[in-house]
Amino acid sequence: MIQSIDWSLVDWSRAQFALTAMYHWLFVPLTLGITWMIAMMETIYVRTGDPEWKKLTQFWMKLFGINFAIGVATGIIMEFEFGTNWSNYSWFVGDIFGAPLAIEGIMAFFMESTFIAIMFFGWNKVSKKFHLVSTWLVAIGANLSALWILVANAWMQSPVGTSFNPETARNEMTNFWDVLFSPVAINKFLHTITSGMVLAAIFVIGVSAWFLLRKRETRLALRSITIAAIFGLLSSVFVALSGDGSAKQIAKVQPLKLAAMEGLYDGTEGAGLVAIGILNSKEKRESGDVFAVKLEMPKLLSWMAYGDPDQFVAGINDFKNGNPGQGILSTGEKIQRGKVARGTLTEYKNARAAGNIVKSDSLKLVFKDQVFLDTYFKYFGYGFVDDVNYYIPNVPLTFYSFHIMVILGFGFMVFFALILFFQARGELPQRKFWLRIAPWLIPLAYIASQSGWIVAEVGRQPWTIQDLLPTVAAVTKIDAGAVMVTFALFAVTFTVLAIAEVSIMLKAIKNGPKNHGGTK
Amino acid sequence: MFESLSHLALQQYWWIIISVLGSILVFLMFVQGGQTLIRHLGKNDLERTMLVNSLGRKWEFTFTTLVTFGGALFASFPLFYASSFGGAYWVWILILFAFVIQAVSYEFRSKAGNFLGKNTYEAFLFINGLFGTVLIGTAVGTFFTGSQFTLNEMNQVTWDGPARGLEAVLNIQNLALGLSVFFLARVLASLYFMNNIDESTILTRSKRHVLINAIPFLVFFLFFLIRLMFLDGFAVNPDTGEVFMEKGKYFHNFMEMPVVLALLLIGVVGVLYGMGAAVLASKTNGIWFAGPGTILTVFSLFLIAGLNNTSFYPSTSSLQSSLTIVNASSSKFTLTAMSYVSLLVPFVIAYIWYTWRAMNKKKLTRDEITTEDHVY
Ligand code: HDD
Ligand code: HEM
Ligand code: HEM
Repeated sequence: MIQSIDWSLVDWSRAQFALTAMYHWLFVPLTLGITWMIAMMETIYVRTGDPEWKKLTQFWMKLFGINFAIGVATGIIMEFEFGTNWSNYSWFVGDIFGAPLAIEGIMAFFMESTFIAIMFFGWNKVSKKFHLVSTWLVAIGANLSALWILVANAWMQSPVGTSFNPETARNEMTNFWDVLFSPVAINKFLHTITSGMVLAAIFVIGVSAWFLLRKRETRLALRSITIAAIFGLLSSVFVALSGDGSAKQIAKVQPLKLAAMEGLYDGTEGAGLVAIGILNSKEKRESGDVFAVKLEMPKLLSWMAYGDPDQFVAGINDFKNGNPGQGILSTGEKIQRGKVARGTLTEYKNARAAGNIVKSDSLKLVFKDQVFLDTYFKYFGYGFVDDVNYYIPNVPLTFYSFHIMVILGFGFMVFFALILFFQARGELPQRKFWLRIAPWLIPLAYIASQSGWIVAEVGRQPWTIQDLLPTVAAVTKIDAGAVMVTFALFAVTFTVLAIAEVSIMLKAIKNGPKNHGGTK
Repeated sequence: MFESLSHLALQQYWWIIISVLGSILVFLMFVQGGQTLIRHLGKNDLERTMLVNSLGRKWEFTFTTLVTFGGALFASFPLFYASSFGGAYWVWILILFAFVIQAVSYEFRSKAGNFLGKNTYEAFLFINGLFGTVLIGTAVGTFFTGSQFTLNEMNQVTWDGPARGLEAVLNIQNLALGLSVFFLARVLASLYFMNNIDESTILTRSKRHVLINAIPFLVFFLFFLIRLMFLDGFAVNPDTGEVFMEKGKYFHNFMEMPVVLALLLIGVVGVLYGMGAAVLASKTNGIWFAGPGTILTVFSLFLIAGLNNTSFYPSTSSLQSSLTIVNASSSKFTLTAMSYVSLLVPFVIAYIWYTWRAMNKKKLTRDEITTEDHVY
């Protein structure tokens, strides 16, 4: 299938995907979270008829609109990039992967874009009720689009509900509900949308705190903070729960990712959880001296991952070298089996090309044989590259990203609780220290959010489809130079647009709720 | 209910859905056409702002239709997605780029602190209007003229042209379609402005631009259509799947599917009537004829490209690599599942219709632009 591997092509394509995905993800989480708060504020307005609430709603709506536009701009690249840069991937799994993308368009994007028009321009054109319903539908639409894309992403991490068809040389869907309700997808969805809510709550509190410090818009700021702090506290609890749920799924379907997240090289029973740690150099880590410094909580990892404090948790070396005692195959063995699977496919194709019907029909049946599927086809993707180290993800990146995310997650929870506490006692405007901290938490929320994706995506390298398709086999065959050019094109464009976005956003915040309106 | 259909029937059903989405997309590209007319129709800041806002309430539909068109193609004919997007790399990248810069331009154009200045965003809108229409039209042209690619036994694509898709622009048949789409979009935009904006100067200028753009549109489109009738087409033998060249294939397709021919004729009449009503009778409702007319015309062209044993994405360098709705499609299971999803489409169209009506009850006026709180 691949004659000679052009590694720079693979690396540039990965870099381009990572760049565009991370840019897209800079804007999406705020959309996911803030739309709910806007809808709540508008609901209060419609219930009470208090025009101050309308003003508040319109202020946050305006910030949402600025953010939304660039979210859309970055999103379209993502969708078509599967075709332009991962075309082998698009064929190999398009039968499954295309469906959620199409459903997303039909079900979610249209809903979002139709009702956004009402939300922004309909204040004087439709009834209050209709407007309110539209605002809620925007929130629902945004989160539905997250649902479908995350179903697609979850399927890449844990391919379920499909079977391989040798005739077309691709995977085909056999059960839609298995794809939709895969436990990985459910956890991913819940974790991602709640993380968007946390980020949006931090955003609203940070901006409002800035107003409080300047003694502007005090009443509006306090109202916003109350809503955001309650919303944020609840969401951050769900973030932690669903994050734990995701980790449990990883233990099941991507145990090597779990080992990388925890910097666990040698598997052990009753594994401890490293709360904070600094990794040693690669050489030292591989010779068994993993951490320079660490704070470890005994047995917690075994308990968190498997619900049993004495359970064995496999480490990176167990996967690399194999651990027969625990029934773990070595990577070398998987490579051999992957080659058998690929060889069988080639043999089948050759027999067909030669018109040898008897042989090709019998080989075709092999792909329906459960024993063959479990022993060989399961490792299909290992048949592409011989180097065992190729199959190990970047440990420091995964480890640090994971720990940054989790530490910040718990930090945010405490912060929301504190703010609510001050608010309840009516002393928030005097708590200058916390008000000054609040705006600085906004970038931290974005860092937590990006880190989450780094854990998810870098931690599963080299797979685009877990165990079935590594990046080298997924990529479009094109000059690496062409990808470099488009990488640069997108990097420059998105950076310029992002600067414009931030600058408009800051201006709009400075102008505050009073001077809403666009032109002047 | 869809389970009982054959795989072929599902493939045809999905080609029809793709055709519907494609034809709605071409109609909605009046937004792109309008973006190239802002300077011509708006002579001062206020007029331009009115034009931008009139388009600004519709651009998301075009954009979302494009995204959904892409998603639906991926789900139903993934081999097309893999071959065309990965193969004709530069064409698609340019199209994407043109839409990226559009997406921010409305929202950012008139906002304080927008970093690049109003004119830059208007230039972005112009670029999107020009490249978006011409390149999408050109890309659709390759459905009839073919591209240079080869598929291997694992269905992986190799592109044989060094320009990675840009060579399509050199084919006059493709280019004629691209330019037709461009001028049609401008005609539709002018008709839309006549209907949507209550401002006499804009009305008279729009009317003039219907005529100015109708002429080149007709020249390019008739050239495309007449030549198409005489072209060799890419036919498929339904029993063996073998692709071969057939003289006058597209003409035969119209003859063998008279309903499609009727759609084409009704569509063309609708477009002509819409333009005529605006130019000759100064009617402001031309868009209501030209719009549906556009949809029917494009719909019929998509149908003859894919149905009646025709290859919809032919390869000129390796004839047997050509894609047909049979060999490029998803599995029967996926098409069945997606067909259930397609039942949502009428609901989507219904709520879009409903909200458009609510929003378009009143024409856009000067007043609204100066008093509303969300303007572009
Ligand atoms: C504000 C953002 C944010 C915060 C505070 C957290 N997360 Fe998170 N996390 C995300 C934002 C995020 C994310 C961006 O939404 C990710 C990326 C992929 C995904 O599914 O969600 C993610 C992924 C992600 C994954 C990997 C999922 C995968 O690979 O499929 C795990 C195991 C966790 N998270 C666990 C946690 C835990 C235990 C947290 C403790 C409170 C936590 N996260 C806080
Ligand atoms: C929007 C949030 C996302 C971010 C920030 C993100 C981040 C990344 C990163 C950092 C990489 C590069 C990994 C590496 O090269 O080591 C990557 C690769 C990739 N991701 Fe994601 N991802 C996101 C969402 C998704 C989703 C939703 C999907 C699928 C539906 C997806 C599919 C891929 C693919 C196909 C690659 C390229 C192949 C690879 O290098 O694995 N990503 N992503
Ligand atoms: C590879 C993966 C992804 C693809 C192909 C993709 C595609 C797109 C596209 C095409 C748009 C523009 C839609 C429009 O026309 O309005 C968009 C916007 C959006 N996407 Fe993504 N997306 C990806 C990742 C994600 C992820 C991981 C999420 C959330 C969890 C997400 C949530 C959204 C939302 C909420 C929007 C609305 C606009 C905004 O960003 O504010 N997307 N996406």
